Amino acid sequence: MAMKFEKVGDGKYMLDVCGYVCPHPQIYTKKSLEKIDEGDILELVFDNPSSGETIIQMIDQGGHDLLEKKEEGGKLIYIIEKG
Amino acid sequence: MENIEKRNQLWAFIVTGALILISLLYYSSNIYYIYLIVYIWFGVAYGMMLQYGRFCMASASRDLFAAGVPRMAVGVLIALIFFSLVSVVLAATNMSTFHAGPLGTHELIGGVVFGVGMVLAGGCASGSLYKIGEGNGTSILSIMGISFGQAIFVDVGGIFNKLLPQSWIDAAQATTWVPKDKITSWFDHYFLGNIVFKKNIILSDTEAFSGMSGDIARNFFANSLINTILPTILVLFAIYYFFMRKGHLKRVKKALKKEGKEETTGFGDDVRGMWNMITASERTTLMGVLIGITAGIHILAMKGMQNKFGISNFGELLARMGHHEDLSTMGKIFDPGYWYITTQEAQFAGWVMDKVGWDVKDDVFFGVMNGLPELWRNPALWMSLGIIFGAMIMSLLNKEFKWKLPKGELIVWGLGGGLLMGIGARIALGCNIGAFFIRVAGGDPGGWLFGIGMVIGGYGGVRFFNWWTDRKMAKEMEAF
Repeated sequence: MAMKFEKVGDGKYMLDVCGYVCPHPQIYTKKSLEKIDEGDILELVFDNPSSGETIIQMIDQGGHDLLEKKEEGGKLIYIIEKG
Repeated sequence: MENIEKRNQLWAFIVTGALILISLLYYSSNIYYIYLIVYIWFGVAYGMMLQYGRFCMASASRDLFAAGVPRMAVGVLIALIFFSLVSVVLAATNMSTFHAGPLGTHELIGGVVFGVGMVLAGGCASGSLYKIGEGNGTSILSIMGISFGQAIFVDVGGIFNKLLPQSWIDAAQATTWVPKDKITSWFDHYFLGNIVFKKNIILSDTEAFSGMSGDIARNFFANSLINTILPTILVLFAIYYFFMRKGHLKRVKKALKKEGKEETTGFGDDVRGMWNMITASERTTLMGVLIGITAGIHILAMKGMQNKFGISNFGELLARMGHHEDLSTMGKIFDPGYWYITTQEAQFAGWVMDKVGWDVKDDVFFGVMNGLPELWRNPALWMSLGIIFGAMIMSLLNKEFKWKLPKGELIVWGLGGGLLMGIGARIALGCNIGAFFIRVAGGDPGGWLFGIGMVIGGYGGVRFFNWWTDRKMAKEMEAF
């Protein structure tokens, strides 16, 4: 098991922390958002529901936008635009 | 997708049905087991609320320091206020089972060790239980760490006894109310030679409040207002000021600029900022209110049953049913009478160790204080199982249940964090629930010492994880 943080396109990044439990998804999300530029898109994939509530509040407080929130086969996918 | 939803609902009904069946079987075998059944169902209620509210006290300090998110810190503080208000009525009407803990620096030290452990493990004692109900394998390891960490920690002696001051050894050996053959481990000497001499304080019973007339007024003023509500409001202000204010006012100014207005902020903006902070996560705050009230009603229910059966401990009912082998030398078993985690987990591990030939009854913790009942006659352990199954029902209904086996580093964090939580809980004589939540709301100022320790430990754990995750992120970013 390993976390993946990849550049998947111009201004687009993907963070996959499936299999990780608290606090790893929220910490990696915070660090990923710090690493990318304003306006860049981060696709976050995780499967620990307990991290979701904190991540949503973190996105809101950080002035970022949660563009999409979906669930696919037990995985939670958040599309975030860095603000 | 619909099939998965139906299958989840079916499993939720199966788990609920199994719990109802278990309750009926206990009740039909002996009416005294109603006491145990009540523990089961309060456990289920806690589990459902903890899971729905993502209510894990580890995230109170962790998410604040690691992500700047106060969601859980607010939830815990709100729960404390409501629980303290219900506790006032219970204490004033002699319907409380609460007892204060020994006041001392051991609570702070235990809190620090526990705080580091809960961040590493990814959940506090109650949080790890509810996360097992979500299928989280790391939390199973964490609870195993808590369980066996405690059971071993309280029973080892030999070389560990030599680490203690001679005065503690002498004082412990001079104890007359404990059989000599039970004073063997380092914990026995730590407890009997040091902890028992510390004062147990409930603020309303102190001299400072002795002049106040009326039980409700005295309990409210001392235990709720002074010991709980005012410090809680102070902490809420501190969280807002240090973590939220700057960002909130920045957003307000940005909005004013957008509207072409003057970018000045005032007191009203701070009030709105505080309110926004409290209501930012409705489900956590709402569950904070409900958990606080439920914890109070739980005390009322346990005290009501104790009064009905004329007992103060479930061990007396076990004795009436002939299960003397379950009991400690004091004729008791662990029966907190309220929401509590950790001691029952230690009993689970102690039971396993006993079955494989490790004599754990030769100490004070199991032999004299808490007993070692068969697992199926352990009411507090049933409460813990209730939390797991309650969370499982809720996560199944919300399509959030998923088995996740611990792999790689999570095995180390889960077990290691659990062990630290177990050791911290024994040093402080309780965990985030028993040593902090229940004690603070009950008017015991020592609860805050454990809470401060938890926050300090949580900060240390976050610093460690920041260092660890920075390394891994840097490695990932080498590719671009």
